[in-house]
Amino acid sequence: MNTLLLINLAYVVSAVLFIFGLKQLGSAATARRGNFISACGMLIAVVVTLLDQGIVDFRWIALGVAIGAVIGLLGARLIAMTAMPEMVALFNGFGGLASLLVGWAVLYEADHATFTLVTVALSILIGGLTFTGSMVAWGKLSETISSKPLQFAGQQFVNGLLVLTILAVAAVFITDQANAELLYALIALSFIFGVMAVMPIGGGDMPVVISLLNSYSGLAACAAGFAVNNIILIVSGSLVGASGIILTQIMCKAMNRSLANVLFSGFGTVKTSTTTIEGEINPIEAQDAYFILEAASSVVIVPGYGMAVAQAQHVVKELQELLEENGCEVVYGIHPVAGRMPGHMNVLLAEADVSYDLLLEMDEINTRMPNMDVAIVIGANDVVNPAAKEIEDSPIYGMPIISVDQAKTVFVLKRSMASGFAGIDNPLFFKENTRMLFGDARQSLTQVVREFE
Amino acid sequence: MDPVFLTFILMLSIFLGFELISKVPSTLHTPLMSGSNAISGITLVGAIGSAGGGFGQLATVLGVGAVALATINVVGGYLVTDRMLAMFKKKEDGK
Repeated sequence: MNTLLLINLAYVVSAVLFIFGLKQLGSAATARRGNFISACGMLIAVVVTLLDQGIVDFRWIALGVAIGAVIGLLGARLIAMTAMPEMVALFNGFGGLASLLVGWAVLYEADHATFTLVTVALSILIGGLTFTGSMVAWGKLSETISSKPLQFAGQQFVNGLLVLTILAVAAVFITDQANAELLYALIALSFIFGVMAVMPIGGGDMPVVISLLNSYSGLAACAAGFAVNNIILIVSGSLVGASGIILTQIMCKAMNRSLANVLFSGFGTVKTSTTTIEGEINPIEAQDAYFILEAASSVVIVPGYGMAVAQAQHVVKELQELLEENGCEVVYGIHPVAGRMPGHMNVLLAEADVSYDLLLEMDEINTRMPNMDVAIVIGANDVVNPAAKEIEDSPIYGMPIISVDQAKTVFVLKRSMASGFAGIDNPLFFKENTRMLFGDARQSLTQVVREFE
Repeated sequence: MDPVFLTFILMLSIFLGFELISKVPSTLHTPLMSGSNAISGITLVGAIGSAGGGFGQLATVLGVGAVALATINVVGGYLVTDRMLAMFKKKEDGK
């Protein structure tokens, strides 16, 4: 009894540390300490759990921990910063699968009370769909599978049928005292559901999907906590679930779309714009870009997923330093959904040693935009597309954008004239103050940097 | 434990989570995500009970699998978050 009391008190301490840790993660100055505090909370929770007298055999636990620790350590050390979205997706998936297995194992441990079975079914469903959903997201992010939205006729119908089947199977599973065949059916269905849920979502909507899966991995842990009757799982799982949902909301708002719209319809089904955009494109060479930049006294750099693809963050930083030496003020304008996960651009620029106080959020940079001499758009398209403000029947109409078109001159670094992820023409390219610098972003920037030297 | 009591805890934690996270600057969105993902590795605590509880072969196998996966989540999640946060610098102390 005393051990149990000790364990539960230690769980309270862990929960407090998690809460403090998350709170400190909310500010750049304290974030690293916050992460450490939350890791301490985890360590305490795990160590006291090992004191539980119900545990009779430590060998298997040690084996599991050893395998997991080695893989986790190597993964965290070796992963390139550019591969971070895939990594986060993978970790989400592992968390989901772990919760599924915990829920499953409970069937061989506890009584089959209805409440237990409900929570087991929930752990399996949420855990399973988090797992396969994250694997599909991982595949799309690492371009192992096509990042285009995969849709087919009758998709909604098939998904609806799938949900009904899941509900029916789960209901019988619970009333039928955990029938083994239904258990496997439930696992299989949750896997299929995860795949079906993420397949129709395209690369540009990935920030929403990743934060949603993040939330699910927490909810899966939470459901597993109900199944094994453990409060610390419930508390920590729901903290993660809530934080994931908040991030998801932020991402949806930044795209002016509802969560349902992101989940159930790719951009493909959105009505196509009838307005054709006409005008002349003004290409520019690196040398001319240099002359304009040299004369500029304020420059804003707006990066997008293209910067990540071209791995241009380091040469961007070089350009920033050269401009600053030249007496020019350089800031960055970061759109919340630029890139493939929330905060993607911030991580890349941090890797290139760009000070985070230069990274301005959308609203802040927009108020300063009219005073900017040059806006350099690097591999971003939809997040700077003025169609969102100007063309009412555009699919992205109403989405908040970074208004680079209000800067005195806009450079757009672009590989070719293909339209962006959303497949929408971008009137920005035809504006009078826009100059197109065609080619690989990193090479183009390197040329400009050379002109400075 | 009483299901109603557990649900009560759940509800309070969700509200607490909303309050804690609602004002995070976008710079920290990725670390927040990977850091909170590490916390969701708390499933490890549940998995330990299954892996070492002597509930028979199948439960042990499932438990060990869950322990390994959750440990990847915990170890990898915290380390990679720390690695990222170490890069976030302000200029004054950056160079």
